[in-house]
Parts: sequence; structure tokens; C-alpha cells
Amino acid sequence: MPDEGHVPILEVRGLTKTFPGVIANEDVDFTLHQGEVHCLLGENGAGKSTLMNAVFGLYQPDAGQILLRGEPVRFATSRDAIAHGIGMVHQHFQLIPVFTVAENVILGNEMRKGPLLDLDGARDRIKELGQRYGLTIDPDALVGDLSVGEQQRVELVKALFREADILILDEPTAVLTPGEVDDFFAVVRNLIDQGKSIVFITHKLREVLAVADRITVLRGGRVVGDADPAKATQQSLATLMVGRDVSFTIDKAPAEPGGVVLQATGLVVADDRGVVTVNGLDLEVRAGEVFGIAGVEGNGQRELVEALVGMRSKVGGFVEIEGHDVTHATPREILDLNVAHVPEDRGKHGVVGSFSVADNLVLNRYWRAPFARRGLRQEEAINREATDLVERFDIRTPGIQTPVDNLSGGNQQKVIIARELTGDVTLLVVAQPTRGLDVGSIEFIHRRIVEMRDQGVAVLLVSAELDEVLNLSDRIGVIYRGALVGVFPRVDATRDHLGLLMASGAQA
Amino acid sequence: MADPQPQPPSTSDKLRAVLREAGGLQPVLVPLYAIIVALVVAGVVIVAIGKNPIDAYWALLRGMFGSPDRIAASLGRSTPFIGAALSVAFAFKAGLFNIGAEGQLLVGATVAAWVGTFSWLAGLPGPLLIPIILLAGVLGGGIWGGIPGFLKARTGAHEVIVTIMLNNIAILLVRWMVGSRDPVILRDMSASVPHTAPLPAAGRLPTLIASEPPLHLGFFIMLGLCTLVWFLLKRTTFGFEVRSVGTNPNAAKYAGMAVNRTMIAVMALAGAFAGLAGAGEISGTTGFLSPGVFAAIGFDSIAIALLARANPYAIILTAILWGSMLSGAGLMQQEAGLSIDAVRIVQALVLLFVAADVIVRWIFRMRRDGAGGLAATQMSTGWGSTT
Repeated sequence: MPDEGHVPILEVRGLTKTFPGVIANEDVDFTLHQGEVHCLLGENGAGKSTLMNAVFGLYQPDAGQILLRGEPVRFATSRDAIAHGIGMVHQHFQLIPVFTVAENVILGNEMRKGPLLDLDGARDRIKELGQRYGLTIDPDALVGDLSVGEQQRVELVKALFREADILILDEPTAVLTPGEVDDFFAVVRNLIDQGKSIVFITHKLREVLAVADRITVLRGGRVVGDADPAKATQQSLATLMVGRDVSFTIDKAPAEPGGVVLQATGLVVADDRGVVTVNGLDLEVRAGEVFGIAGVEGNGQRELVEALVGMRSKVGGFVEIEGHDVTHATPREILDLNVAHVPEDRGKHGVVGSFSVADNLVLNRYWRAPFARRGLRQEEAINREATDLVERFDIRTPGIQTPVDNLSGGNQQKVIIARELTGDVTLLVVAQPTRGLDVGSIEFIHRRIVEMRDQGVAVLLVSAELDEVLNLSDRIGVIYRGALVGVFPRVDATRDHLGLLMASGAQA
Repeated sequence: MADPQPQPPSTSDKLRAVLREAGGLQPVLVPLYAIIVALVVAGVVIVAIGKNPIDAYWALLRGMFGSPDRIAASLGRSTPFIGAALSVAFAFKAGLFNIGAEGQLLVGATVAAWVGTFSWLAGLPGPLLIPIILLAGVLGGGIWGGIPGFLKARTGAHEVIVTIMLNNIAILLVRWMVGSRDPVILRDMSASVPHTAPLPAAGRLPTLIASEPPLHLGFFIMLGLCTLVWFLLKRTTFGFEVRSVGTNPNAAKYAGMAVNRTMIAVMALAGAFAGLAGAGEISGTTGFLSPGVFAAIGFDSIAIALLARANPYAIILTAILWGSMLSGAGLMQQEAGLSIDAVRIVQALVLLFVAADVIVRWIFRMRRDGAGGLAATQMSTGWGSTT
């Protein structure tokens, strides 16, 4: 339990960090007491990760002080921070997939027996740590074979192996399924019981209330308030975090569905390894409706979407868009039917990171007039469009020529949303549109999707967030092992029933 | 710099954008400092073998640019390097590592030397014959470059391996075709040493200054090619596709780009640039092809492109630097009694310090820019992407 009387185990005083054109942290104070979970809450780009990266020695602060158990410290590199008992688990894991768990854990901190690696010793310690903290993991498993949740355990074991007392967890639940999140919280409580102290970076309000002992809210790089989890509500935290009132549900008129826009019949698709993951799926999406696909990740959603937009070839079945047979069409041919697609993996498919915001904003139509004429790029038209979209979609960027890589994740997603949700769209395919985004951005993106529907666009929504599917959809289908096991109008769908179908595929 | 309300860019904005795109002044400073460090280190080597480095470098400098004649010779020597380096750089932009400029240049030169001596073309006036000869080189190089592009797109065969192999094939094939007496293929049997029959006078690119080697019109053709490549990359949708494929092939595919077709086109074009450089040398400098005459031009061009960070305009400077060092080395040998290989040492050191730019940054206390060097971006995508 928090121990208020003593010197805090970690204290940050007046920390300021700027990047070219951006103030990431301004005069931030932060304290972590022995044995508490301190949640650092804020929207994307609020400076949460920057602050903790500075504590972990990855960035050098421009001003301010970091104190460890009351002693001022300065970490030139993360190695120094680790040596002082700080461990950080990043949002993107730093693991080598072809190494075993034990090899990954000792990496950079190899246990030796003479000139040889002491893998046996490492194995024993991993098992011992696993028992003590409830992080059971097979030391000999290849990391590439592990689920995301298990890989996260490996990261935690890695930090504990280096005898970290302070654990910084950067958006640890972003990649977990709801069941895994519960397991993870149990691990967090266990770590606290064993005397560790935890900084938990997140933007998910429900989790903050479930796990935090104390809450600090950042906005625009500054601390805007502290909250007591016993008294705070999701609404009060959201208001603090975003700076205005936020609604969690969307007000929308009943759908007025028109003709069938997308029709898939008996679709069979294989993944990269050749394993069939979409197996005889039938699907129909009409103009002016949102068809939501709910399901636990890995049930064929990715392959389904990629097949529909022409990025993955089909093993069997047919796809028609507005009556055109597009079963074997190329991505360009499908784009030319006014199909917009918000891809699941924005870094991989959605943007070219080193290209400017402007170039990324026309990525789905750069070859068309007015952005190109006779094969020549029309920079003026591109810049005009980009300036317009940046304003309309409130993309926070220093300028339209800034590389997209320099934008926060939420703003990168806004670039994609802005690009895909403008122009003539007949069919909109959106996959995990708000993954990793904060409440403000989620509200914004949801509104835009409903707007598209109201304009008569057929929308296919694929999301692992059940709340998102329930909020937006007019009809809902549950995908289980590559097929839709139930399709209902929204009004007939209940959370429990959908959850059951997602988990077992069984018709109730 | 921060501009919260984006506006249509003004001229100064554009200028700043260009500079920012180039990563500030660092891309210029790093190679410049690398050259200085290389000269110092090579100076130590020269001292170690008992010669005076100041004298040697002074002679080298005069050999490079000491008189109008020497300048012309240096530019003449640099000409083929520009085209071959463009070949490497253009492929870099698509994330492809073209080690094959050597073979592409040689095949281009061979086809040009062969087509130029067709008997039914004899008697054509220069303005007709010269373009035919150059086009022959473009086609030859284009095909030789297109092969690895096609194989990569179709089978996933890595372009590095295929281009290296095609270099060997080209070198040996040309040696045989030009050298063989039985059967006679391209050998000029009236000559005592193996080479092809000389081009007719009308097929020769005009010499501007008769230095040794001469400065011919090909130099300006190469300058035009640099502008063309820059224009292609920056101003056309094709160039946008090339750069997209080079930086994120997945996003390129998502945006409906034909990734495989783009890779084939890029490799064919890259080969064509090298082929044009080869044809230009046949038509402008030698007039015929002898085996081994263009040895290492294609390989050096990898270094030149790297030094220029694959920027088509910077290639003009780095190619002239490279070519003029080779052309000035003769005087250094005469006056300072130092082998031409000393210049090779300097060149190798320059390349070493550009590739290992951390050393240069450390010596000159430069901060690392966020973008990273060519070595970090272009080359890693070149090796990594197997789509």
C-alpha cells in the first residue's frame, strides 16, 4: 500500500522536454511511492511515454530533476536506469522471435559459466521468478510461437530478472484480449504485494479505475490534475484528460439501408502460411448501414478484410461489389470502384512513414486528377487538399510537409481516416479503426463513420472491441473460426449473447 | 518551424522543406569531413612509405584541376561514373540494391559498339546515327538490368545475388565475344589486340575539348540524365510509386500500386542508365570496345551513389570528385613518385568514413540527425525487402 510518510521511491521535478516544433513535457512533477500502482493517464501525444522514456534514460530532459529514493540521478542510457533498478516494458516488445524465452531474458545481461552461457542457471531463475510473481512461462519456448500476452510476460520477466524494483509499463493492455487483461491485472497486484512499484501508462479509463492506487492526468505535456480512483468516475477522468465533456455513446438515427453493395459468397482465404482462416464465409453489406463483425482476434478477420480489398488472393468463393465481380481484382481495380479501406495495421499498410503528411493524405488517389495529370504530380492540388483535410479532421501536425512518422499514433490514424473518408466512397471497410487511440479521437472517428453511413455509404466494421461494434453497428455478425456464426440486427444483440458466440461459436 | 495553421507553402517554405528533406546540411558535411579525414589518414600512409604527402596532394590537385586541359580530362573521366551511379541510386530509391551497374554498363557498351558498326547504318549522318547507338546501349543495359528485376518479382530471387552473377556473365561473355578468333563474333580481325571494329566517324559523339580522356558531349547528356531522374522521382506518379515501394512495399500494395511491376521497371531503367553511360563512352571516348576497358566503373559507382546518398544532383559532384581523382593520379605518380594506387587508398578511406559516419561525427563532434544516413535507410531496405 502507498506509504505517504516516506521519501518517494521515484520523483520527477519540473521536467521539460522539447522536440523540434513540439513541447512534449513542460514542467512536469510526478512521484511514485513504494508499493503503489500509479497510473499516468492522458490522450495520445499528451507526453506520457516521453516522460517515462526520460526517466528510463532513453531521452535526456532539457530541464528538471529525477530523484531515486531522494537522490538526484542522471541516466545517460537505459542501461544506467536498469542498473538502478528501473525496468520498462514498451508498447512494442523488444524481443527476438527466433530466440527462446531464456535467451531473450538474458540478452544483454548474459549469465556465464566461464566463457559459456549459463542457460541452465537462467532457466532456473526464470522458473523461480515465474512462481514468485505468477508469471509462469516455459523458458525453452520460442518467443515467436508465443501469444502476445505471453510475450508480455517475457518482457516482465526480463525486467524482474534484472532486479527491477520500479516497473514502467507503457500501454500494457493495448495488445491484450479482455480475458488476458484480467490475468494481467492479477499479475500487477501480485507484483505490488511482492514490494514492487509500478507506473502504469494508459488512456483506458476502465482500466485505470480497476488497477490504480493513484492517478496523474497529463494533457498537452503538462500535469492537469491528480485523481483518487476511489472517487473518480470514467466521465470525470475523461473530462480531465480531454479538457471537455466527452460522450461515450453515439446518437444516431435508425439506418435506412439501400441496395446490396458488398456481397461475399462461400469465401475461402488462407493466411501467409497457407492455413485456411476464412472458411466458407457469406456476407452482405447494404448501402447506408454499418455491418459490424465482432470476434476474438485471429478468427480470420485480417484475412477476410485483405481478401475483400484485393490484397490477398482467394482460395474459393466470390466477391461482388455493386454487381461487379471482384473475386480476382487487383487492389487498384477495387479502389477504382470507390472502396475505401482503413487498414488494421496502420504502420504497415496505412502510411508511408517517411513521406509527408500531404503525400500520405492522397495515397489512395495520387494517380487521379486533380492530384496527377498525364503522370505528373500536381503539388499545388495535393497541398491544397492536404491543408483542407488537416483542418477538417483536426490533424495535429507542425505542417503538411512533416513526415508522418513524427506524428503521434492518434494523428497518424487521423491521417488515414481523413484520406479514406473523403471523396466518393461507396463501400468503406474499417478494421480496428480506434485501436490504441484515446477517448477524444475515438469519439471523433466514430462520429465520422456514422456520418458516412448517413450519406448512404455501405460500411463494414471489423473490431475486436465489442463496445465499438455495439455502438456503431446496425447489424452485427460474429466471426468464429473463419465463418459468421450469427448475424443479428443491432437491437436483437446483447453483450452476453455475442460474448458467448465469440468464445465458443455455439448458437445459444 | 512550427506552423500550427498550415498554409500553402511560400517559396521560403519550399526552400526550407527541400533542406529539411535533405536533412539539413549534414548530408553535405559528413562526406566533406570524411574526405578530409581520409586525406589525413592516407597522408600518414604516404609518410610511412617515405614520401611527402603535401607534395603528393599538391600534384594530385593540379592533376585534377590544374589547367583547363586537366579539368576537361577530369570531367571526361567522370562522365560514365555519373550514369552508372544514377543506375545504383535509382534502384536504391525503390529499395533495390543494384550491384549490377558494372555488367549493365558493359552490355550497353557492347550492344552500342555492335549496332554502331552495322554496315547498313554506315553513311547515316551523325544526328541520326548517334541516337541509334545510344539507344542501343540503353536497350542492352535495360535488358541486363530488367532480368534481375523480373527474377525478383517472379521468383523472389534476391537482386544482389542475381546482379553479381550477371556481372560475371557479362564480363566473361564480352571477353569471349570480343576476343574470339574462331568463331569471329565482334573481334576486329585487322587489329593486333582484341577489340571491336571502330565506329564510323559519324557515330562519334562530338569532342568538346580534346584532352586525355576527352571531354565529349556525353558529359552533358549525363547532366541531363540527372535532371531527368530527379524529375522522375519527384514530379511523376511513377516516381512516387518507386519511392513508396522503396520505403514501405506493404503500404504501396495497399494503395493499389503494382509492386512487382514497379520493381521490374526500376531495374530495367537502372540498367538503361548504366547502358547509356557505356554507350556514351564507346561513342564519345574510345570508338570501339576492348575487353576490360570499363573495368570497375560500375563497382565504383556504388561508392559514388552512396557518397551522394542516392541524390541525383549530388551524384554530379561525387562522380566528378571520383573521376577527377583518378584522372589526377597520373601527375601525382610522375611528380611525387607515388603509385596510382595511393588514390585508390584515399577513395577507399573516403568510402569507409562515409559508411562508418559515426567516426566522422565523433571526430567533428556532430550531433546525429534523426533521419539517419543512407546506410541506415536505403541500404537496409535494399537488403531487407523480399516482397
